[in-house]
Amino acid sequence: MNFGRFILGGTDRTALIVLVFILGFGILVPVLNLMTPESSPVHVPSYLVPLIGKYLTYGLLALSVGLIWGYAGILSLGHGAFFALGGYAMGMYLMRQIGDRGVYGNPILPDFMVFLNWKELPWYWYGFDAFPFALLMVVLVPGALALVFGWFAFRSRVTGVYLSIITQAMTFALLLAFFRNDMGFGGNNGLTDFKDLLGFDLQADGTRAGLFAASAVMLILAYLLCRWIIGSKVGRVLIAIRDAESRTRFLGYRVEYYKLFVFTVSAMLAGIAGALYVPQVGIINPSEFSPANSIEIVIWVAVGGRGYLHGAILGAVLVNYAKTYLTGAAPDIWLFFLGGLFIAVTVLMPKGIVGTLDQAKSRLPGLFKPKAAPRAQEVPGE
Amino acid sequence: MIRRLLPVLLTLCALLIPAAGARAAALDDALALFAGDSYSATESAINGVVASGDERALDIILALQDRKLYFTPDGKAFIKVGSGYEDAATGAAVPEEPADLKQVRVNNRIRNAVKAALGALQLMSPDPAKRLAAAEAVFKSRDASSLEALEKAIAAETDPAVKRVQEQARAAVILTMGGASEEDQLAAVEVIRDRGDVDALSLLSGLPADTPQSVLDAAQKAIGVINGELALWSVVQNAWYGLSLGSVLLLAAIGLAITFGVMGVINMAHGEMVMLGAYTTFVVQEIIRTQAPWLFDWSLAIALPLAFLVAGLVGIVIERGIIRFLYGRPLETLLATWGLSLILQQAVRTIFGPNNRQVGNPSWMSGATEIGNLTITYNRFWIIIFAIGVFVLLLLVLRFTSFGLQMRAVTQNRAMASAMGIRTPWVDAFTFGLGSGIAGIAGVALSQIDNVSPNLGQSYIIDSFMVVVFGGVGNLWGTLVGAFSLGIANKFLEPYAGAVLGKILILVFIILFIQRRPRGLFALKGRAVEA
Repeated sequence: MNFGRFILGGTDRTALIVLVFILGFGILVPVLNLMTPESSPVHVPSYLVPLIGKYLTYGLLALSVGLIWGYAGILSLGHGAFFALGGYAMGMYLMRQIGDRGVYGNPILPDFMVFLNWKELPWYWYGFDAFPFALLMVVLVPGALALVFGWFAFRSRVTGVYLSIITQAMTFALLLAFFRNDMGFGGNNGLTDFKDLLGFDLQADGTRAGLFAASAVMLILAYLLCRWIIGSKVGRVLIAIRDAESRTRFLGYRVEYYKLFVFTVSAMLAGIAGALYVPQVGIINPSEFSPANSIEIVIWVAVGGRGYLHGAILGAVLVNYAKTYLTGAAPDIWLFFLGGLFIAVTVLMPKGIVGTLDQAKSRLPGLFKPKAAPRAQEVPGE
Repeated sequence: MIRRLLPVLLTLCALLIPAAGARAAALDDALALFAGDSYSATESAINGVVASGDERALDIILALQDRKLYFTPDGKAFIKVGSGYEDAATGAAVPEEPADLKQVRVNNRIRNAVKAALGALQLMSPDPAKRLAAAEAVFKSRDASSLEALEKAIAAETDPAVKRVQEQARAAVILTMGGASEEDQLAAVEVIRDRGDVDALSLLSGLPADTPQSVLDAAQKAIGVINGELALWSVVQNAWYGLSLGSVLLLAAIGLAITFGVMGVINMAHGEMVMLGAYTTFVVQEIIRTQAPWLFDWSLAIALPLAFLVAGLVGIVIERGIIRFLYGRPLETLLATWGLSLILQQAVRTIFGPNNRQVGNPSWMSGATEIGNLTITYNRFWIIIFAIGVFVLLLLVLRFTSFGLQMRAVTQNRAMASAMGIRTPWVDAFTFGLGSGIAGIAGVALSQIDNVSPNLGQSYIIDSFMVVVFGGVGNLWGTLVGAFSLGIANKFLEPYAGAVLGKILILVFIILFIQRRPRGLFALKGRAVEA
């Protein structure tokens, strides 16, 4: 599989539109923010850059869930844990970068450790002063957890709601663990007060624009990676597993290895999303582990359209835009809206926005060309 | 031990027998001592007043404490009341101010004597609770000067519980004051050993240096015994807390087990049904408070059926309105019910406000009793009984009613049950209603021990899942075993690992356990498994 085919393999109109759209966003927003004067009508105000950047990282997170739920039938209610772990890895690097500029001025220990009278850095904080190491941990830690967890779960054929519940238990256990001060991750305050990243001030417009562009680029790469996976032979087997797991197993495929592979890749993508999220938001704390967060991710995917990669991204952006708008305009309404969304999407629009549009298109032949992309199937009785 | 103390007690009784007249005379003699107007005379006067055993004694000592005690040179004492005076010996008001009245002078020595005297007098107080508290105070202070008063109190005591504490206090004094006979000290060690708590332990391990070796040995042995007992009690206590937590888990999970078992539906809004039950209790109590306060002790009995109905009806509406469109898609059901739980939470928050609401305990559920070193609060006790009662009732419904029969049939083989003429949609609806209704009555019980807030349900939902998944689906016994084993395991881990880490360990254990037995402890066998 050479690089050219990785980029273009199976590329169709939808993928092109998605790519152009994200790329355009990734270039336009930073450019309009940095290059235009504030009085200009096309100027993007600085507060919007990290906000939209956050949506992009959520899009990446939704993509990771969409990959396993839409194409392998694994409903993880604990993906927020991988996101948060990636975020913590990045947060630890950012904490180390503060150095002696903290409140207590300790060159080695972060403020909260000085506050708790810790004398030296715990071993698991070693190496996080080096950016490459932190980047490695951003993918390795969630990946390793997913690998171990998935190996246990898939090997013993835990499926369906049981899998969902134990992934939820996993993130709940991590939530409780990270709340503990003894863990050395800042307890319930988490990690915050970051100063700079690779020497660039996190508050500066330029850095924020750079992070935004990085998020867009990562989203594009992740999208291409997911497309490549589902377009490959492995992806075909995964779809078979989603639709008829036992049958696939009887055909001789080692179902658990395929699931394990895609689960681990997905956890790594979620970790990367978390790592991009933290510097743009400026804080990471244990509430990211809360089971409610993880379920919310699933609804982004469901709203956009399960079984469509671009649907997941679209859903994440739309739902989060609604969240930003509603929690500001009418905070009481937000939970009604979110709850209603869960019900409406599952009962009335099981294929999500993209899927419903897709169906509408196919009912009007001639208006649009038939699609070549793998279509999501109705999943019979998981 | 009784036999050894008996002669002492008898002598003391003999000393106390003098009649009331003699008592009054003793009081007069003691009061006359105040006229000596020296600190040592005052101190002996105080001791005399206490020793007289007269019922005026407490008033006199309290007056002295408040600097309201006066004397005249002719040996009479008076208490200042408002602007007038009364005779200290009789309490009768004096018509005009006596001549040559002088205030009793007080220094630190006298203040200490007053304090000791008050302690001694409280040991003889008519109120058993006060006597008990006074005896406990002596046990803690080990004040040698109160020994005499203590022995008198022991002789006069009729309440066995108070008497036991008094004897323990006496033993504590004997052991720490030094100079008591070896025999007495050995007896005292035994009394302290029988007390068997942490205080006894600290007393025995801190004996004075001049204690005879035999007593030290006895104390050492007693410490061993107490430690053994305390360890046993802590096991019992953990087991009790575990049972209590288990019963709460059972209540929260049992409805979930039914809906999940029969319909394969994970109802994420289950916790909110519990919350609805708790708020029903709140509303019932509010109405009773304003309309019929005398009914308050019955509030829970009234709330129970109402909570069952409210939560059950909401459950049936949910099933008919949402869930029935999602059969065969358990993951989507999970999401839809989660959305529903958000809506219900926010609705309750909008109606009742985000803060905790006050739900009271009826009188028969408040308070506690002690068995040995174990404190049993009545509300926890009743919740255990209640949880088991609900469980048994449900078991009987499933076993002996036609609805139960239909439910079991649908659980085992939906298609076949349908072919036999069972209206499976109705069984589904009523099963969901039943599960939700049970969650509602669980809410009534939980409102007694937990905060009634919109988040009430959330805090139970993950735990209930764990119980159901651990116990196995479609089997109520699995839920029972799951709830109690998780509850007890949790409480036994807590002392070693801390509350949070203990919970994490349990979660990790369940995650690993699912790998071994993906369908729980008591799994259904046969075709139902692959459904």
